Amino acid sequence: MSISTTDPTVPAPMTDPRIARERRERRLRVVLPIVTIIAALALWEFLVWFNEVPHYLIPAPSLIAQTLVRDWSSLMQSAGFTVRLTLMSLGLAIIGGVALGMVFALSRPVEMSLFPFAVILQVTPVIAIAPLILIYVSNTFAALLICAWIVAFFPILSNTAIGLRSADHNLRDLFSLYRATPWQRLRYLLIPSALPYFMAALKIAGGLALIGAVVAEFVAGTAGQNTGLASRILEASFRNEIPRMFAALFLVSLLGIVIFLATSWLSRAVLGHWHESEIRREG
Amino acid sequence: MENRTQAPALIEMRDVSKQFANGTVALRDMSLTIGKGEFVSFLGPSGCGKSTALKMISGLLAPSQGEIVVNGHPAGHSADGEDIGYVFQEATLMPWATVFDNVFLPLKLHGLRRTDARARVEEALAMVGLANFAKSYPRELSGGMKMRVSIARAMVTRPKLLLMDEPFAALDEMTRAKLNDEVLSLWENHGLSVVFVTHSVFESVYLSSRVVVMAARPGRVVHDIALPGGYPRNAAYRMTPEYSQNCRLVSDALEGTLSHVDLNH
Repeated sequence: MSISTTDPTVPAPMTDPRIARERRERRLRVVLPIVTIIAALALWEFLVWFNEVPHYLIPAPSLIAQTLVRDWSSLMQSAGFTVRLTLMSLGLAIIGGVALGMVFALSRPVEMSLFPFAVILQVTPVIAIAPLILIYVSNTFAALLICAWIVAFFPILSNTAIGLRSADHNLRDLFSLYRATPWQRLRYLLIPSALPYFMAALKIAGGLALIGAVVAEFVAGTAGQNTGLASRILEASFRNEIPRMFAALFLVSLLGIVIFLATSWLSRAVLGHWHESEIRREG
Repeated sequence: MENRTQAPALIEMRDVSKQFANGTVALRDMSLTIGKGEFVSFLGPSGCGKSTALKMISGLLAPSQGEIVVNGHPAGHSADGEDIGYVFQEATLMPWATVFDNVFLPLKLHGLRRTDARARVEEALAMVGLANFAKSYPRELSGGMKMRVSIARAMVTRPKLLLMDEPFAALDEMTRAKLNDEVLSLWENHGLSVVFVTHSVFESVYLSSRVVVMAARPGRVVHDIALPGGYPRNAAYRMTPEYSQNCRLVSDALEGTLSHVDLNH
């Protein structure tokens, strides 16, 4: 860490070259990935055109973009469905994972008795349980929600339970010395200590919720208006509409990237000022 | 300085023993009276029960046998815990909170609002020379500064008794000497009583009006040496014959407690 501690009244010497270097690095952070992606797309476009690859094998990016525009309304409807499914399952995973994680952290016996169930849920592939859930739950959306929830739930539960236990032992003693109430201990010590663990779990669970939502829909194989991107992919595969498959696939990836960026941003916003994982080191 | 040792008792330990669940006897039959205004060091090798004794005085650990009375009530049973300040071996700060919020914590736990506590927190920070660092985070501070924050946090409740558990063991020699002087001046200016755990002969002699020498396996008190002279102590005191004499006295007392097991470490 190169933060100056010798004299706080004088701010760190922000000389011009340093600011310039920082700005340049920030610009590169955005520009470089964009340039590489554009280059990759151009190469793809060129190879498809140069080798005259038929569009039912590998469509060119331009054709995928056209398909995206042409089928915009139906694709957007499906994307909306998938987003709703993903966010709701993630939300329920957070509620359930945090609540059960707190119970686990409070009581070892409860943890020992219930943890095996959580592990069974986690290690059994969702794709194997999904058909059963679809039989038992008549509402398809609810069944899909349960499948996605199962996948996203475990990391939140496990990290919350570990995080709440990870508070520094001397700090716990300090809270005891000053007669902290259980609520104060939770609010001012255990929750802040658990936050880095929770944030790590959230990053994982965000991606898992999307995977769960897509996988579950594949298993359900639902057709019709009110269905998600997985159904569009299935449908396009039946009809051999490869460009449409790519277009739907593109939207799924885009969704995943947005979720990743959002959870990363949230993590930095919450932990950036103190936790080692999010602190930018200078120099 | 005579009145210091004859002052009314602040801490009374009667036949206190501590045996941990795994069978280890951490402390056996410790009896000790510490008067108001004393600066007492517990000195000894690791495993002599000095930190255990300190934790029991604070009420964090319960004795297996015997009783401890602090400030007129059984250890750990004061009304609100405000009359004791505790400084751990590590600074033990909350990394997510600013220096201000770390020092504010004891008052916050007692239900004080931020605005009402501001003056007291700032006063405590000024005591340790960190008035300008209120908005910094612990990771931005050096080891010595973190320890100062820790001391400010212990002082913010205006305690009568300050318990310090090897607070400067991890610091470099110069920082340590400086912080020793600061603790001495806090003790002198705020009418404190201090119990200071250390394994440094020089530190204990420099600071204390009384050194309790302890031995390990099982942890017990073997010498109780009064060193009332020399206050106010400062760098010049380290050069006096009295200081070196006292160091030899305490050092000899400590040597006698070390078994061959300790020396083979």
